[in-house]
Amino acid sequence: MYDDLVDAVYIATIFFFVIGLHRMSHPITARSGIVWAGGAMLLATVVTFVGIGNLGTNFVLMLVGLGIGGTIGYVAAKRVAMTDMPQMVAIYNGMGGGAAGAIAAVELLGSTVGTTADLSVAGGLIGGISFAGSVIAFLKLQGWMPQRAIAFPGQQPVNLLVLAGAIGSGILVLAHPFPNGLLVFFALALGYGLLMTIPIGGADMPVVISLYNALTGLAVGLDGFALQNYSMVIAGTLVGAAGSLLTILMARAMNRSIANVLFSAFGAKETDTGPIAGSMKSVEADDVAVMLAYAGKVIVAPGYGMAVAQAQQKVKELTDLLTAKGVTVKFAIHPVAGRMPGHMNVLLAEAGVSYDQLFDRDEINNEFPSADVVLVIGANDVVNPAARRAGSPLEGMPILDVDQAKMVVVLKRGQGRGFAGVENELFYKDNARLLYGDASESVAKLVQALKKL
Amino acid sequence: MTSDVATAVYIALLAAFCGYEVITRVPVLLHTPLMSGSNFIHGIVLVGALVVLGAAQTPLEQGIGFVAVVMGAMNVTGGYVVTERILQMFDRSKRKVG
Repeated sequence: MYDDLVDAVYIATIFFFVIGLHRMSHPITARSGIVWAGGAMLLATVVTFVGIGNLGTNFVLMLVGLGIGGTIGYVAAKRVAMTDMPQMVAIYNGMGGGAAGAIAAVELLGSTVGTTADLSVAGGLIGGISFAGSVIAFLKLQGWMPQRAIAFPGQQPVNLLVLAGAIGSGILVLAHPFPNGLLVFFALALGYGLLMTIPIGGADMPVVISLYNALTGLAVGLDGFALQNYSMVIAGTLVGAAGSLLTILMARAMNRSIANVLFSAFGAKETDTGPIAGSMKSVEADDVAVMLAYAGKVIVAPGYGMAVAQAQQKVKELTDLLTAKGVTVKFAIHPVAGRMPGHMNVLLAEAGVSYDQLFDRDEINNEFPSADVVLVIGANDVVNPAARRAGSPLEGMPILDVDQAKMVVVLKRGQGRGFAGVENELFYKDNARLLYGDASESVAKLVQALKKL
Repeated sequence: MTSDVATAVYIALLAAFCGYEVITRVPVLLHTPLMSGSNFIHGIVLVGALVVLGAAQTPLEQGIGFVAVVMGAMNVTGGYVVTERILQMFDRSKRKVG
């Protein structure tokens, strides 16, 4: 009887999840999407909890676990600054993967055999990889570990060996259980997640976070098979498919394959491209302010540097001042600018920039020739014209064609290179000027200068 | 292969297709909330964690099951709050003034 109720609730849960996801894919309805999904999740948790109905030690453990996990998750997510959202997404993703791995472990400890055990091994492998990988991604994004790609000789063979070992020990555990077999299996799965993530640098994080999101979904789906829990099967697969698609979109935005992002230790080495024609010309904030004030159209191209300097509020202020002077201001958002998919959109929206001022690369790229001034704020590789040249490490990456504007002003902290380790040819162009300094301070100076005009 | 598993495979196939279709034409603007939202949805793992802990018999199973519940609960609450906060940024009426 109660089982029927549980099934009915699970069916409703799935229905609401799909509606929620669907609503989240349109700006106007997005906000209500999470409420639908949240309501469904609450319902599913409550019926499951009540349905277990055994009031012993396990019940107490459940309550305590829900309390601890729920509180930590809630408080951490409430307190974190908007700029730190990428690592929060990464860590919660890892928690999901870890839970999926742990569920598989309990299943395998019990007397499961046959298909259930096979599925648990698969779920445990993927969940473990996703857990370890997401934790490394979190540490990198949080700055507790160097963000750059970490490479060592023989890295790919070693990684492959560990993965093969994890799969092999998993199969062995199923066929001929050996002492501590499960321990070896999970250690290798976790090890592979770790090894797989350390050679991936900061700017590739949007792809990685999205990939681990998909993997966790898949692990949850596999656990659902093992537990014969269809709500887990469907929700997990849903996320696995949606996440995979998002991962592909991210990689495509850089014109690189997912394999290239994952396995090439991109950016570990600096590439010497030889001398570049032209010279870098620096400029003062006062002069830039004059240029902006008398421009007809200004396009802002933000990047990770804007997030680091927390310059988004100042940028919004600058936008308002310019708009008041009759200047058209638009934002050109490269799909992989920042550290997670849509990072720039979130930051600018937080600062109060209206989202109809934000444009995708595809939407705005042909407008650059008609722009009087382009302000590049903390972006580098995504505006490097070297991407159009054969032989460059960036070759073929779709970029924002900022160099076609009448004037390009690049706000830059120092003379360093972008994440890809490639010298930026844009900085040497005749129409490019460099405004050195912290992005937040530079924009503040522009605002001051504009107010005086 | 039991028929139960076969049924589950059919269902998973449809779910995968559904996930793909729902996301196909999403503006870049919404990539973050969508990723974060799907991150929340795989928090359904909490349901599995509860089931497993409920059936746990040995102290080891209880320990691992407990860890699964803690992590699952973090995934659910954290995922929800993060998504909610991100989506709040897109709400014009309640937007905090910068």
